[in-house]
Amino acid sequence: MIVAEKKPIQEIIEEIKTHDSVLILGCNECVTVCEAGGKKEVGVLASALRMYFLNKGRDMRIDEHTLERQCDHEYLDEIREMIDQYDGVVSLACGVGVQFTAEKYTQKPIYPGVNTFFMGVTESRGVWTERCQGCGQCILASTGGICPVSRCAKRILNGPCGGSTTGNCEINKDVACGWQLIIDRLKALGRLDEYEELAPIKDWSTDRAGGPRKVVREDVQS
Amino acid sequence: MTAKTPSRLEKVLAAGHLAVTSECGPPRGSDPEVIAKKAEMIKDYVDAVNITDNQTSMTRMCSLAACIRLKLMGLDPVLQMVTRDRNRIALQSDILGAASFDIHNVLCLSGDHQSFGDCANGQNVHDIDSMQLLQTVRLMRDDGKFLGGDDIKRPPQMFVGAAANPFADPFEIRVPRLAKKVSAGAEFIQTQCIYNLDKFELWMKMMRDRGLHEKVYILAGLTPMKSAGMARYMKKRVPGMDVPDEVVDRMAAVPKEQQAQEGIDICVEAIERLKEVEGVAGFHVMAIEWEEKVPEIVERTGLHPRPAVD
Ligand code: SF4
Repeated sequence: MIVAEKKPIQEIIEEIKTHDSVLILGCNECVTVCEAGGKKEVGVLASALRMYFLNKGRDMRIDEHTLERQCDHEYLDEIREMIDQYDGVVSLACGVGVQFTAEKYTQKPIYPGVNTFFMGVTESRGVWTERCQGCGQCILASTGGICPVSRCAKRILNGPCGGSTTGNCEINKDVACGWQLIIDRLKALGRLDEYEELAPIKDWSTDRAGGPRKVVREDVQS
Repeated sequence: MTAKTPSRLEKVLAAGHLAVTSECGPPRGSDPEVIAKKAEMIKDYVDAVNITDNQTSMTRMCSLAACIRLKLMGLDPVLQMVTRDRNRIALQSDILGAASFDIHNVLCLSGDHQSFGDCANGQNVHDIDSMQLLQTVRLMRDDGKFLGGDDIKRPPQMFVGAAANPFADPFEIRVPRLAKKVSAGAEFIQTQCIYNLDKFELWMKMMRDRGLHEKVYILAGLTPMKSAGMARYMKKRVPGMDVPDEVVDRMAAVPKEQQAQEGIDICVEAIERLKEVEGVAGFHVMAIEWEEKVPEIVERTGLHPRPAVD
């Protein structure tokens, strides 16, 4: 999933304080799972904002709505009828949802309500960690299923670097060294000999480096 | 092994002498005298001098400019290059720039993470890694080609090195990792500072068992310690450093004003012992901001004068 974190409420207040009516728009996908922008968080944020503006003596209308997804035309169309009632929208979707909402409703200011971080997993309750940076050319087959691009602080393809200590990365002892994980895994698979194969220089043109990316599937286009 | 490049360091090693290298850190400013002064102190005691590349991610004068200065003074510089700050275009371009001044040695590194330095908020590049940089320099030198496939007019002639840390984790891949660097094209290795001699000797034995000592020159890295405090700091705080308790205790056992001398003695004794280890081809003496001690260490270990090679 895409992992995001709630923005500090003060930042959101600064974004919307000149408006008289605001819609808080949640998303039922990733941000619900990582508890940053689902229905529950929409409710919590809306109540906090109402309270804040009430205390300031402001009569601010703050409504709540949560879509199945904000990254699909189909669901975004749902708010076509209601969006005109508001001066602005705070989207609690990831950056993708915020942008897609803004692209669709070009006359409305859309504000981000979360900081979007990465593609990752729920490691344990309340802890999410990164697993993939979408480089567009997956190499997991040769790294024991563990990604050095996202899990090594230097995205070294022939690691580890000299900074790996007792299984941890040099940047922080709370971060596992991705290459230690790869080596442990290769060992467990009885494939440690593969460690000695040099990983070739990577083609980053399918990565962010190649510019905004696009996937076109003619077979599913109608 | 016969020398393939005009590098003085390579010639010394190929002639079978124990080589001596040292390193100078460029200043955090543009004063050219700083690097010249350091070089002047050590130039008759070493075969080549490494110039670090923004070590510990602190922004400094660039390694290339400092190398050019040493070259113009008649020294044989080793251009250290980290893959943290430059992509493949910039790396190849700097290699050519160095080659245009007949800089004949390069050391390929990944570099410390930028979070250690003064630009912790910056990006890192890591377009290629240190092994791929080794491959790149060898391609440019041996095949006269750019990574993009085009021919290079007047290819670089560089003796190609890498770093190795015999003490980093996981230990079981220390030698496979060295083998990988050798197959990527490393011709010499400068190791992390050695304080745990037993462990280093074990690593040397393991690399000899695979015949690697016949494929690559190992320069044992040594850094004299100035104080018991520094010993403790290196033990606890520097990632990948192995400082045994005996060394810390020995430093701490002498009065403060004699600790620096004790540090030099430990370094000299280590060189004497490691000279006997098969496969050790020389020493890389990294006296950090203490370059004036290099002559003493080199003299006391009988490595002075340095051999003349043509
Ligand atoms: S310690 Fe491991 S994870 Fe950290 S930068 Fe080095 S190789 Fe990568």
